[in-house]
Amino acid sequence: MFLSADIRRRPTFREGVAQMAPMAVGIGAWGLMTGVAMVKSGMSVIEALAMTFLVYAGSSQLAAIPLLVAGAPAWVILATGFCVNLRFVVFSLHLRPYLMHMPRWRRLVHGYLTADLSYATFTTRYPSPPTHRDEERAQEAYLTGGYFITWSAWMGMSTVGIALANLIPQAWGLGFAGVLSLVGILCSMATTRLRVLSALIAGATAVAAYALPLKLNIVTGIGVAVLLCFWLEKQFVRDPAEADE
Amino acid sequence: MSGQTDLWSLAVIVGLAAVTVLTRCFFFILDRPWGLPEWAHRALHYAPVAALAAVIVPEIVMTQGHLVSTWQDARIFGALAGAAYYFWRRGVLGTMLVGMAVYLPLHLGLGW
Repeated sequence: MFLSADIRRRPTFREGVAQMAPMAVGIGAWGLMTGVAMVKSGMSVIEALAMTFLVYAGSSQLAAIPLLVAGAPAWVILATGFCVNLRFVVFSLHLRPYLMHMPRWRRLVHGYLTADLSYATFTTRYPSPPTHRDEERAQEAYLTGGYFITWSAWMGMSTVGIALANLIPQAWGLGFAGVLSLVGILCSMATTRLRVLSALIAGATAVAAYALPLKLNIVTGIGVAVLLCFWLEKQFVRDPAEADE
Repeated sequence: MSGQTDLWSLAVIVGLAAVTVLTRCFFFILDRPWGLPEWAHRALHYAPVAALAAVIVPEIVMTQGHLVSTWQDARIFGALAGAAYYFWRRGVLGTMLVGMAVYLPLHLGLGW
């Protein structure tokens, strides 16, 4: 979308770029480690590049890598990717009124390129959806400027990580950086007591059920945690809105 | 599959790309307005954290299919340090850097 001159010439495009630029270092560092982690876990360079350029979702990539390398069934990998990405489903509900005036293919391109940080900065800058034509274009340009930076930083540094991965000995255990990034994301999502409990139950169940074939311990962990937290919420939370953010 | 490209993996990667588009665009793929059934709406509150925890906890506390039997494991200290940093200062990048700053000396220096 940032190839369209009409978008690039808008002042809000540059505003989006400027807002996102300081965060490019963090995104790049994470992309670098994800690139290294992919190759270090045993993926080929072609597979790692394909994953970087097609999947474009750090946390679901990191979650999928060990499953892919272990040869887990495709549906388990895709279901895990879907669950790790569930927060985007909530974001898409939020973004719907901002994008619905566009034709479908344009919505899909914007949606695909809008990851966590772009979503967060965009909805902070524009707390309400556009009301007239000029505002529609201005908001679209701001969103595009933001994800232009995140996309470039992520792709550039992931590619560097893939290229340098073979220079870094396996024994250093740098792939653990990927797990640590997921720990950070997990912490950022554990915003209520029941969510913390959900994480504890899912983690403990996944460990206890480790012997299950086909990495089914992951799906089991998710299922047990969601069912138990559902039930607890019904028992102890009088107003479900209180259980939200 | 170490280092080898195979069609199955590439197909799964394309599938994961489809999952990215599906999840990021979920509510604006179709033109008609629609919402989630109540149960799915509630599940959204617990499924994402559960999914991440189910993926990463075994990566931290298990070795070759067994729970670690010693506390001399660099991964546990790295993850705890990272989480502690997160709740102190926020920020995923800092979590990763602090975690690695604890993990690497223990892992490389002491061989944990």
